[in-house]
Amino acid sequence: MKLTRRQALGAFGAATAMSFASRLSAQEGPITVSALYDQSGGLESYGQPIVDALRFAVDEQNAKGGLLGREVKLNVYDPQTNMQLYAQFARQAALSDKPAVVFAGITSASREVVRPIMRQFNTLYFYANQYEGGVCDRNMFATGVTPGQTVEKLVNYSAQQHGGKVYIVAADYNYGQIIADWVKKYTADNGGEVLGTEFFPMDVTDFKTSISKIQAAKPDYVWSALVGGAHISFYRQWKAAGMLGKIPMSSTTFAGGNEHVILTPEESNGIMVCQNYLQELDNPLNKQFVTDFHARFGANYPYITELGMGAYQGFRLWAAGVEAAGSVDRMAVIEALESGISLDAPSGRVTIDPKTHHTTMDVHIARVENGGLIPVETFEQQPPADTAMVCDLIANPDDNQQYVIDF
Amino acid sequence: MDFASVLMIEILGSIAILVLISIGLAVVFGMMKVINMAHGEFLMLGGYVTIYGTNHAGFSFWVSALILAPIVVGLIGLLLEWLVIRHLYGRMIDTMLATWGISLALVGGMTMLVGNTTTGISTPLPSVSIGDFSVSGYVIFLIGLAVAVCALLYALFKLTTFGLLARATTQNADMVAALGGNPRRIYALTFGLGAALGGLGGAALAPLTGVIPTIGASYIAKAFITVISGGSAVIAGNLSASALFGTVGQVFTYIYTPVIGEVALLLTAIVLIRVLPKGITGRFFRRSI
Repeated sequence: MKLTRRQALGAFGAATAMSFASRLSAQEGPITVSALYDQSGGLESYGQPIVDALRFAVDEQNAKGGLLGREVKLNVYDPQTNMQLYAQFARQAALSDKPAVVFAGITSASREVVRPIMRQFNTLYFYANQYEGGVCDRNMFATGVTPGQTVEKLVNYSAQQHGGKVYIVAADYNYGQIIADWVKKYTADNGGEVLGTEFFPMDVTDFKTSISKIQAAKPDYVWSALVGGAHISFYRQWKAAGMLGKIPMSSTTFAGGNEHVILTPEESNGIMVCQNYLQELDNPLNKQFVTDFHARFGANYPYITELGMGAYQGFRLWAAGVEAAGSVDRMAVIEALESGISLDAPSGRVTIDPKTHHTTMDVHIARVENGGLIPVETFEQQPPADTAMVCDLIANPDDNQQYVIDF
Repeated sequence: MDFASVLMIEILGSIAILVLISIGLAVVFGMMKVINMAHGEFLMLGGYVTIYGTNHAGFSFWVSALILAPIVVGLIGLLLEWLVIRHLYGRMIDTMLATWGISLALVGGMTMLVGNTTTGISTPLPSVSIGDFSVSGYVIFLIGLAVAVCALLYALFKLTTFGLLARATTQNADMVAALGGNPRRIYALTFGLGAALGGLGGAALAPLTGVIPTIGASYIAKAFITVISGGSAVIAGNLSASALFGTVGQVFTYIYTPVIGEVALLLTAIVLIRVLPKGITGRFFRRSI
């Protein structure tokens, strides 16, 4: 077949028109959200509920017609509780997904791997977990609770209930070490005393000796900041040694990885926790949320964890920021969020604090009972006071570090 | 005084745990010179058999752990011996590679079957009070179990025809064949026995630590260190190495931290292998089993 000049030009014209059209639809194509959460390797009991909650949030957004009229696409990675994979996947996500935002990291160790990479590639970063506080970085938003919001409340509550002498057991990485410092600080503030502190690497499963040491120290209560699948053994051995109920236990990590579901009631009843969200919260928004979530994931879903809710609320805050900005451009969204975006969520009202990029929200002290968490006391609208003492991103927008308390 | 007896029970408990995780490997490696990298996975399988037997099949914990787990894992061991190991006797490095492959396959297979979350089982037996202290009754049971396993294994090797043949085969298989024995069958049964002991160990530890398909990795190093330091006599070597490491690890854990306890255990092992390259029973208790 011979091609006349006119046909050739026509074909060329059609081709250029096509490429313009496809470029236009690429701009109007889906908005990508990347997520890096451990779904294997020891932290899966934390990661799986987070990924489920994010999927739920994205589906809900798309059912409402998407974001700015575009579909939201979620790319999930599994770094397998491995810091090297966090670094590798964070780069891969930032460079090849070209995401509008990245949700990533369970442990503080993994957050400090991901955070500089996201800064380097100018990619907006949401860290949705409870953590030890103090990160001051304009490119990051933290939608989880920090010690000023939970540890302080629970230390005061435990000291009032049982007495001020505490023995701390904690996971041996930055989170556990810094949380132990906060417990020491708040204990000293109300005249109590820390009788002992022990740190355990993430793979330790034998706690016999530590349990006898605690018995010898005779504290008024035990504080646990243990993390991960291996550390569940501690609670099991605590019960096996006949200690559950003999010495009370308070924790800000218990239940975050579904420990209250994995352990039997005989092994966990009576442990006290302090969280932003409990599945049992009695408000219309939460009732609706739990109903919808169960419709999507089945009525026998183990438990909607605080960490899952942190990611869900984080996504909703980000989406509100995008809608306010009218674009997914990073700086436009940051500035919109810094206007103090606020929304009513299943856990109550959550508001972005412009100075710290953390969140003001409700916290609840709760008692573990038969695989659930029964609310005991509520503290409404707690600001991120600990981070606010050291961080002001409005005054110093270029600040980029994690402040640590020193005594 | 109370505290001293509590510490004593914990040291014995640590020794018992070491014996239970390594005795199966001692049989397979000590007697057959098969470097079984999949031993940790035998422990893992034993844990899963116990959990499923107790939580889903309606057996009591004791039946699942003490009977089902060793039988099921022993049969899996026999099957793997027939499929893979029997072609590799006398090729130590090749057995290491092959069993490493088996180990990866077992971890992957179990992850596909049961997922990758830690599952557990409540610790049976109530706690025991000692003055102001209380210790886990289950730890005391483990001490008894380790003693029973060693006693039964000793009786098996010392008093039965199978035991006599097994010991003879490990010394000189050709001579056994010339005298009318069947080394192939002896090897298969010995490997099955090692696997069954691994299954029993994993079952016994399941209530203490929970089980996840990758848990074998946390046992395998300790098991090998114990077996190599113990030397060629299966039971005496295993007991003496476990006693040494269990005591050192536990005492340092008590005085300092669990991390220091592990470090002390490993340092002891390094020094011991440097001083006694053939292990403890290469030098002492030579005529024992």
